[in-house]
Amino acid sequence: MKNKILNSKKIKLDKKSIYLRKLILECLKSEKRGHVGSAMSLVEIIRVLYEKYIKKNKSKFILSKGHGCLALYAILYDKGFIKKKELLSVGKFNSNLGGHPEHDKVNGVEISTGALGHGLPIAVGMAIASKIKNTKKQYFVVCGDGEINEGSIWESLLSASKHKLDNLIVLVDYNKLQSYGKNSEILDLEPLTDKFKSFNFNTFNINGHDIKEIDQCIKKVLRIKKKPSVIICHTVKGKGIKIAEGNPSWHHKSFLGENDLNEIEKSLGT
Amino acid sequence: MRKTCLDMVYEIAKKNNKVIFVGSDLGAGVLDEFKKKIPKRFIMEGVSEQYLTGMVSGLAMEGFIPYFNTIATFLTRRNFEQNIIDLGLHNLPVRLIGNGGGLVYAPLGPTHQAIEDISIMRAIPNMMILAPCDSHEMKKIMPQTVNINGPIYIRLARGGDKIVTKKIKNIKIGKAISFGDFKDVLFVTTGIMTQECLEVVEKLKSRNIKAGVLHNTTIKPFDEESLLKASKKPKLIFTVEEHMVSGGLGSIILETLNQKNSSAITKVNRIGINNVFVKKYGSQQDLLNHCGLNAKKIFATVIKKINEQKT
Repeated sequence: MKNKILNSKKIKLDKKSIYLRKLILECLKSEKRGHVGSAMSLVEIIRVLYEKYIKKNKSKFILSKGHGCLALYAILYDKGFIKKKELLSVGKFNSNLGGHPEHDKVNGVEISTGALGHGLPIAVGMAIASKIKNTKKQYFVVCGDGEINEGSIWESLLSASKHKLDNLIVLVDYNKLQSYGKNSEILDLEPLTDKFKSFNFNTFNINGHDIKEIDQCIKKVLRIKKKPSVIICHTVKGKGIKIAEGNPSWHHKSFLGENDLNEIEKSLGT
Repeated sequence: MRKTCLDMVYEIAKKNNKVIFVGSDLGAGVLDEFKKKIPKRFIMEGVSEQYLTGMVSGLAMEGFIPYFNTIATFLTRRNFEQNIIDLGLHNLPVRLIGNGGGLVYAPLGPTHQAIEDISIMRAIPNMMILAPCDSHEMKKIMPQTVNINGPIYIRLARGGDKIVTKKIKNIKIGKAISFGDFKDVLFVTTGIMTQECLEVVEKLKSRNIKAGVLHNTTIKPFDEESLLKASKKPKLIFTVEEHMVSGGLGSIILETLNQKNSSAITKVNRIGINNVFVKKYGSQQDLLNHCGLNAKKIFATVIKKINEQKT
């Protein structure tokens, strides 16, 4: 497992990933605050999902860790769901884009998340509904590693397993840092793979910044029948931003000054 | 009443394939026929109300109308955030069936007494609250719940409650029911306090006091029009609820009269449970007596107030 973590740190971001992070930077410049580290760690996960797997009437995406929404907004802009002007209005009084995503304001957002432990239970309900109606829809849910401290997550896993929800794919953004500090110090999740396996989930560990690996794993998961799956994506909090990488104080920045924004720009080569 | 409510879920499920039943490990044998006849739309889950509130929300988002049944305290206290965010914020057509509203689970203690459920559920935008008083009314109300937009909390009484609504012709969600003449005293009630107050009305009659009851099945949105009309004549108004006095029906009445600038506000007296835990056991009737909420105690409170006014 240690190699996976090291690989996550070493992986070099391609042009598209840098571009998406630059879009996040533009939001940050406008808002002067935000969950920087939490958004940067999940860019590649959402990127792969939206580039290949989220399709109208066939699949749904739920960002259970709603605080990572700047990454989602960047992708939604890239895919034409929202306009540039809207993207740059994040957090403003009349904006549709807040510090957490809202279903009735943002085109492409299925549910309002932000309070942790809500997205997965709702997704399980959707996946059960699809099974009853035989609509053959797939549901992709991204949870944070801090988020899975919540009891409702584990209640959901029990039930998803009971209902054999092979149309439910949970991706954990495992960046090993939560709001206050390291998972291992706040609430150790290890052995995480064993925990998911014991809940009768197909469990995979991948590098969450490796586009190819994410894609191949999802492809594999979609072939599995009669069981729900979890993909533990080993990521780096703040990935791509030197000052934020592995730094819990960048989980959420309530004020981003000139120096902070310059540091981000420097890392992204702008 | 509980049985009628659940039987009605089956009845409406037979007619509407969007209706789905979800339980959380409550009541062996509940809705056996439903389970047998429509197994795909009968889901019995574990004891996990936070998850289940999210899960039924997901079902609703994909087109179902879920009826989620369990003990009232676990549907209101434990999953409060889910009720606000998943149901209220998304304004979903989920129906929460809360068993044991008020002091029904008397011998089971404070963990099972739903005595602040109205107060906390009414704080949720978009949430409708219903508390029928007998099984006849329940039978009339339940089919009307199917097509309501948004979430509904249905507060169930114990069952076997005296039927008082049989002669009422037009039982409708959103419309209060009037019993008797309000010339001297008006009781504003919900749930089974209606039956208790109807008994008090009879007792007052023997003293030549003309009293009536305004029964509110729909607590939210509240039928303000009926209240304003009924509150004009009587000299005294008593709100009576099997619930804490803070935040429940009595508070709704005071807030409504205040908002409407009604002088009737000065006539209002609230009868309910004070802001304390009820630390006694026994039967529901024992606790109603302990809290001053049976006909005998309500009558005594009313007489005391009338005498105070005379002096």
